[in-house]
Amino acid sequence: MLIKRSDDITPSEITDEKIYHQRRAFLQAGSRAALAVAAGAVLPGLMLPGDAAAQAAALQFKKNSRFSTDEEVNSLKDITRYNNFYEFGTDKKDPAKYAHTLKTTPWNVRVEGEVEKPADYQLEDLIRESQLEERIYRMRCVEAWSMVIPWVGIPLSTLIKRFKPTSKARYVEFTTLYDPAQMPGQKRSVLNWPYVEGLRMDEAMHPLTLLAVGLYGKVLPKQNGAPIRLVVPWKYGFKNIKSIVKIRFTETMPNTTWHLSGPQEYGFYANVNPEVDHPRWSQSRERRIGEFFKRKTKMFNGYEEQVASLYSGMDLRRNY
Amino acid sequence: MKPALIKSLVFIACLFPLIFGIWAGFTDQLGANPIEEITHRTGDWALRLLLITLAVTPLRRMLGWGWLLRVRRMLGLFAFFYACLHLLTYFVLDQFFDWDEILKDIIKRPYITIGFSAFVLLVPLAITSTNAMMRRLGKRWGQLHQLVYVIAVFGILHYLWLVKADYLLPLIHAAILLALLLVRVWYQRQSLPARGVAPQTP
Repeated sequence: MLIKRSDDITPSEITDEKIYHQRRAFLQAGSRAALAVAAGAVLPGLMLPGDAAAQAAALQFKKNSRFSTDEEVNSLKDITRYNNFYEFGTDKKDPAKYAHTLKTTPWNVRVEGEVEKPADYQLEDLIRESQLEERIYRMRCVEAWSMVIPWVGIPLSTLIKRFKPTSKARYVEFTTLYDPAQMPGQKRSVLNWPYVEGLRMDEAMHPLTLLAVGLYGKVLPKQNGAPIRLVVPWKYGFKNIKSIVKIRFTETMPNTTWHLSGPQEYGFYANVNPEVDHPRWSQSRERRIGEFFKRKTKMFNGYEEQVASLYSGMDLRRNY
Repeated sequence: MKPALIKSLVFIACLFPLIFGIWAGFTDQLGANPIEEITHRTGDWALRLLLITLAVTPLRRMLGWGWLLRVRRMLGLFAFFYACLHLLTYFVLDQFFDWDEILKDIIKRPYITIGFSAFVLLVPLAITSTNAMMRRLGKRWGQLHQLVYVIAVFGILHYLWLVKADYLLPLIHAAILLALLLVRVWYQRQSLPARGVAPQTP
C-alpha cells in the first residue's frame, strides 16, 4: 500500500500534525509544491496527466473492515483509466485523458434547500472534523461490468447530521460542477448538464453511503470525481455523482440526469437487481474487470442484508 | 500500377486493424476490459469496411478509377471477415458458448437481433462471391447482392440501438450510408432517360 505513515513526527505533535497534513493535502492537492510537502518528496518537473493519480497526496485514514469487502481489489490503473465521466467525454478512456483541466482547489460545496444551516462550505471545512475511513466496496456499472474499489471518505450521514435538515427534507439532491471550460465534455449536450443525482433521505443516511475524497489511500484523482463524490455501493454506478458542488435537501423527488435521458431505462432508485433487466440488455451477470468469465450479479450488489429493509413492500420492478 | 499489386496493397491494408489489435493485445494496450475493446474494434471495422465497399461504385464513377472495381469483392469479404471476428468475440470471449444466454439475447435484445440478422444476410453474399457463382447465378447474382443495402442499414441500426446516450458516431456512419445511397439514386435518375434501363450497381 502507498499510505503515508506519520512516523517522522514526534509523539507530542501527532494530533495537530495529522489534521495539518490532512488539510494540507486537500487545500493544495493540485499544486506541485504542496504535493511535495504532503508526500515528503520532490516531484519531477514534468507530470503527465495519466500519472497524476499515482503521485497524489497521501491521506490519513482508518480502515473500516466492517463495511469493507475482502474481495480482490482492482488495480489503481484500471480504476483510474477505465470509467465513465461524461463531463470529460463518453469513451471510458476519456476521463484519464482530459480530466487534468479540472481545478479542484479551491472547492466550495453549497448546501441549501430544506436545511437549518444553508451555507457555502469550503471543502476542507466540510471534512476537517471527520475521521476519514477506507471502505472497500464493489462497484457495479449499469453497463454490466464491475470493480472492487478502495475508497477513502466519510459517511454522508455524518455531514447531513451537521447540516440539520428540516422535517420537510425527504430527498437529497446532488449537483456536479458545470463549467465547459474545465469539463470539455459539457460542450456537447450528450446529457442534460449539469449532472444531477439524488437519494431518498433514508438511503442518504444509511451507514454504507459514503462521500469519497480519496482512492487507494490518496487524494481522489480528478478523473474519478475529485475532489468529492458520492459512493452508494448497492446502486448502479451512475448514481455515484462526481465532483459535487451542491447538496440540496428537498421535499420532492429530484429529477436525475440519466432518468431524464432515458426514463424507461434508468430509474431514480437504480438499485442493482439481477431480476430486472435494462430494456436493452440483461443485468443478471456482470464482468468483473480483470476476470474472463462473467459472474452472477447479486441482489443489491451483495449488500442485500444491509439495505433490503429500505425497500420492503416496494415493487422493485416498477421502482427500478 | 499493376492490378495484382493494387490488390496486394489493399489486402495488407485491410489486415492492419487485425495486426494492430493483436499487437495491442500482446503489449497490454487493450485497456481494463479487453473483451469489450475487441468487440468494439471488430464491429467498427466490419461496419467501416462495409461502407467503404459501398463507396466503390460512386467513387469509380466520380473519379473514373476503374481499378477500384477490382478490389470491391475483397473489401466486401474483409467486411465479412471482421463481422465473423465480431460475432466470434461475442460467442467465445463475451458469452463463452453460453447458448442459452446467446439465444435469449438474439430474441430479446433488438440491437442484437438486428446485428445478428445483418450477419446472417452477409453469409449468402460471401458464399456467392466467387467468379463461378457469379456466372452460375447470372442476373440473379445482382439481385441477391442488392441485400448489401439492407445489411448496411441493419448494421447502422445495430450501432445506433446499443449506444447509451452519445449518438454522434453512429449518426456519422448513418450520414455516410445515406450519402452513398442518395448518390446511387441520383446516378440512376441521370442514366434512366439516356439509356432507358436501370444500371445494376450494388
